[in-house]
Amino acid sequence: MDPELIDGANAGFVMVCAFLVLLMIPGLAFFYGGMSRSKNVLNMIMMSFSAIAIVSVLWVLYGYSLAFGTDRNGLIGFSSGLLGLTDLTDNAVFGAVEAGADGVVNTYLLPDMIFAGFQLMFAALTVALISGAVADRMKFGAWMAFVVLWASVVYFPVAHWVFAFGVAEEGGEAAGFANGFFAADTGGWIVNRLGALDLAGGTAVHINAGAAALALVLVLGRRRGFRKEPMRPHNLPFVMLGAGLLWFGWFGFNVGSTLGATAYSGLVLMNTQVATAAAVLGWLAIEKLRDGHMTSLGAASGAVAGLVAITPACGFVNAYGAIAIGLLSGIACAFAVTLKNRLGYDDALDVVGVHLVGGMVGTLMIGVVGDSTHTLTDSLFFGGSLGLLGTQAIAAFAVLAYSFAVTFVIALLLKAVMGIRVADEEEITGIDQMTHAETAYEIGGGITGGGSATPPVTRPSSVEVSS
Amino acid sequence: MRLVTAVVKPFKLDEVKTALEGIGVQGMTVSEVQGFGRQRGHTEVYRGAEYTVAFVPKVKVEVLVDEADATRVVDAIVAAASTGAIGDGKVWSTPVDEVVRVRTGERGADAL
Repeated sequence: MDPELIDGANAGFVMVCAFLVLLMIPGLAFFYGGMSRSKNVLNMIMMSFSAIAIVSVLWVLYGYSLAFGTDRNGLIGFSSGLLGLTDLTDNAVFGAVEAGADGVVNTYLLPDMIFAGFQLMFAALTVALISGAVADRMKFGAWMAFVVLWASVVYFPVAHWVFAFGVAEEGGEAAGFANGFFAADTGGWIVNRLGALDLAGGTAVHINAGAAALALVLVLGRRRGFRKEPMRPHNLPFVMLGAGLLWFGWFGFNVGSTLGATAYSGLVLMNTQVATAAAVLGWLAIEKLRDGHMTSLGAASGAVAGLVAITPACGFVNAYGAIAIGLLSGIACAFAVTLKNRLGYDDALDVVGVHLVGGMVGTLMIGVVGDSTHTLTDSLFFGGSLGLLGTQAIAAFAVLAYSFAVTFVIALLLKAVMGIRVADEEEITGIDQMTHAETAYEIGGGITGGGSATPPVTRPSSVEVSS
Repeated sequence: MRLVTAVVKPFKLDEVKTALEGIGVQGMTVSEVQGFGRQRGHTEVYRGAEYTVAFVPKVKVEVLVDEADATRVVDAIVAAASTGAIGDGKVWSTPVDEVVRVRTGERGADAL
């Protein structure tokens, strides 16, 4: 790798974006933790933290190789040299891509290791997203096993389909990036061969996690007392804090996906912000009209819905398109989260209603309001045919179907082998206390100073302290 | 001796405390409680799902007083805690057989 070819500003920016995406995961943990009941908040947060831990190790061992190794028919990657990232230390990949009306304007080289680190965070976040659906009732050991299986069999291949783009050689046939840039004969099938547009992962991340959440809760079953007992969020300030961290970190997710700091990155920044803002307003408007109150949970949920929906589209629409996508996602998701009560599937914290529905809205809307300056193939509003919308739909439903089907099998397998649901007593008492041997809050503990616990015992208890 | 117990709206606590001090009450016990009367609870909405919260937060004030002062104390609390709206709470008094001051061992009215 010739250091001369590496652009430090772009490489540094992508590295910082990786850190921002990492911060989304504890943000998500608080977003979900605040919405859960107080007896399970630590378990909720632990599901996100364990996803970071497990996926990081898997990614380095073989995940990156499966997602970004040498392409195998567009379906999966594999390079033995990338196992353990052995061959990565000396490589540079494609970097920032500026696409103008005349096609590609500029590319910068980016050290491969930085790209691998950036993509690692995506993998960990995507798995953590699923945890919201299974709140309050999934065995923690089964969750950890699920993380291993789901990342390996679902996320790594789907990330290859969507993110492993192969750049067309000069004179080679280009199909991806709407016929302008990505090779037709190598790279992930969605981005390269199909040529669907998904800048930061509306399909690979959000539709993927949302469809998986639906399959998993269908196998897992409903929480005890679902639709009978009140299950209101135990700490809404946590939810707002989490949503704020997600919003902040999402700039790393979306803007970082331009793989540099260019004028194009600026477009992504503004689209991300304005779509999110519009989604907050859309969600609150529905709440005011339907329920009579604009809630803080609605504002936080609207923000996440908008962030989800603009994720695939952030580089392919103008400001008007971003506002339209944001508004539509806020409205659609505000309705979608009530579906579980009518249909009876217990998606506890609305992963389906926000991520699957929001991801579909954003991915499909590119075909409606995509700006020809950035899409190269015209969308409906820019004088195009249904072609782009059809391409987007194929990508969206392919990921949905694959993720749902494979997740369903994984869940059945885990249920048969180890059981995926906590015992009734644990579900009533709380997973924090029974599985983790902790409780989040010491309520009223101030009266006697140290609460009601006995003095700590050092383990193993056979260790004697000589006096 | 009597124990006067009042369940009042939390934001009225300061006025009740001031009124009781004003008529010479030496001490009181205050706790945060939840419950409902004819006011019932209220509804909350989370992501479009409506929950009825049955119990409303209130403050309970307890004062030990001499038999002769009981009516005056009850009246003072009622005057201070009243807003005229539903949910203002209740005040009642009950007879007390024995009171002991822990520090000195004094009993009965001396311990008040």
